[in-house]
Amino acid sequence: MINLLLFPVLIPFLFAAISLFFPKKVKAQRITAITGLLLALVSAIILLVKVKTDGVQALTLGSWAPPFGITMVSDMLSVLLVTSSILISLFVVWYSFSSIGEEREKAFYYPAILFMLTGVNGAFTTGDIFNMFVFFEVLLMSSYVLIVLGGEKVQLRESIKYILVNVISSSLFVITVGYLYSVVGTLNMADISIKLADIGQTGIVTVIAVLFLIVFGIKGGIFPLFFWLPGSYAAPPVPVLALFGALLTKVGVYAIIRTYTLFFTTDVGYTHELLMIISIITIIAGCIGALAYFDLKQIIIYNIVIAVGVILFGVSTMNESGLMGSVFYLIHDILIKGALFLLIGIIIKITGTSNLRKMGGLIKHYPILGWSYLIAAFGLAGIPPLSGFVGKLLIVQGGLEGEYLWQSIFILASSLVVLLSAIRIFIYAFWGEEKGSHDISPKLYRHLMAPTVTLVAITVLYGVGSEFLVPFMTDATSVLLDPSVYTDAVFEGVK
Amino acid sequence: MEILMSILIGFLFMAAVYLILSRSLLRIIIGTGLLSHGTHLLLLTMGGLNGKAAPVLKDGVTDYADPIPQALILTAIVISFGVTAFSLVLAYRTYKEIGTDNMELMKGTEDND
Repeated sequence: MINLLLFPVLIPFLFAAISLFFPKKVKAQRITAITGLLLALVSAIILLVKVKTDGVQALTLGSWAPPFGITMVSDMLSVLLVTSSILISLFVVWYSFSSIGEEREKAFYYPAILFMLTGVNGAFTTGDIFNMFVFFEVLLMSSYVLIVLGGEKVQLRESIKYILVNVISSSLFVITVGYLYSVVGTLNMADISIKLADIGQTGIVTVIAVLFLIVFGIKGGIFPLFFWLPGSYAAPPVPVLALFGALLTKVGVYAIIRTYTLFFTTDVGYTHELLMIISIITIIAGCIGALAYFDLKQIIIYNIVIAVGVILFGVSTMNESGLMGSVFYLIHDILIKGALFLLIGIIIKITGTSNLRKMGGLIKHYPILGWSYLIAAFGLAGIPPLSGFVGKLLIVQGGLEGEYLWQSIFILASSLVVLLSAIRIFIYAFWGEEKGSHDISPKLYRHLMAPTVTLVAITVLYGVGSEFLVPFMTDATSVLLDPSVYTDAVFEGVK
Repeated sequence: MEILMSILIGFLFMAAVYLILSRSLLRIIIGTGLLSHGTHLLLLTMGGLNGKAAPVLKDGVTDYADPIPQALILTAIVISFGVTAFSLVLAYRTYKEIGTDNMELMKGTEDND
């Protein structure tokens, strides 16, 4: 079935459209959302197997010859990201059942999530640069709705800033696409790659590369451009925050990876060194933020910034270990950030505050929560059998192979800071004397714990079973290392 | 012609940046409007301003304008239209809830919550 790679995009879209018809029937909304996500997950897994056995899948819509129509391309990296984003949305929706509140559920909450997933999956799958802009807008538009839904004062205030920043970065995206079009005269990403390889890295191509870094850096939260992220992400309720923290910045990171491995490969001296410097400063800035706050949400939000820096450092080395580490770490980070936000959501629900100084002694009454938080924190820092280890090991190995000694030391030192910031939450919230109110009904607690613990278990499996995942990651890396695999798949049968 | 358009677009961007950096929320939204006008004109210019006839198939015409930038602009216009409508309504709601349109007073400090 040739249309298989469209299913993870179309199924959420279809179910979102269906659930628009009965906003007030909460039960039907929930069932529609969960069925849609399960079907999408199944189709994504079938696609994953298909890409594993048959190689990169490409489909040009409307049977036009490749550079003229919109091409959708599923290589291993994009299908892995699609699968994990559907997985994380599934857990967030499950968690939302008992935490988001009926008022929001009646105000198109689930359709907004499904539309956002449509945009995210589309952005991961598309093979056309302007189509990527459109899918970015699809996911951003739904994220505007999700961030402001509920209409509390803080949400209104922060969503104005969020929308403003994203409107500007979208305009920059269109400007950059315009420049690129005037240089190469095509919008198909595979065709752009071929044409840019012919032109070579002239000055204007480097300028376009840096413009792309700025555009996607605003979406992804790299160093001088992440200023909007801490405020905006702290505003919406926890399930939305988990969804944003796990997915939205990763779309920007994916776009940087895609453009910097597919388009701008002929002269990596300038662009990739810039990327490396920026990624290191991003890590440092994230570390400062993660240590500075006594607020649960802010600590984890700054950990997103650190992770973005680590992933981009692996990309900037442009060797096999570095890129493979980045892919490993990207998937790990989607899963672990989702899990951590859901966990701190439960802590906030129990204590009624996100201030670390006002809580304590939770381990006595909530041992499962405590231990699963500890496992997630160790996974985040990258302690061996858990999920963050392999990725960071490969990234550091890539850094050393490229003889970037100091930069690799920064990566390792940042793990210590990550561990410190995550363990500080554990020490303050779970140890010590009991403080603050603990008003949560056992039933609600069980309902919130079920998806969270399952997700933590999946991250543990991801770490323990990394041996099993290596062939998938190798496939993803080989496309990144050699753009001709990608372009050949798109132009198959034309030349 | 392209140079003239580039200068015009540059002025639009300049005005947009100036307005976006101001305090009043409405001026900021007007700024984003100017920014998207500049972007759309830039797309048109970057596609090249040559070509005599509109891109509609007709007998005896060979020199058409490039149709792709026009399709891109049409897409970008409706998207920015949707986003602008959303942000205008959001500005209205914010004005009603918070009671100010001054961005300086919308800082995220504790006494402003």
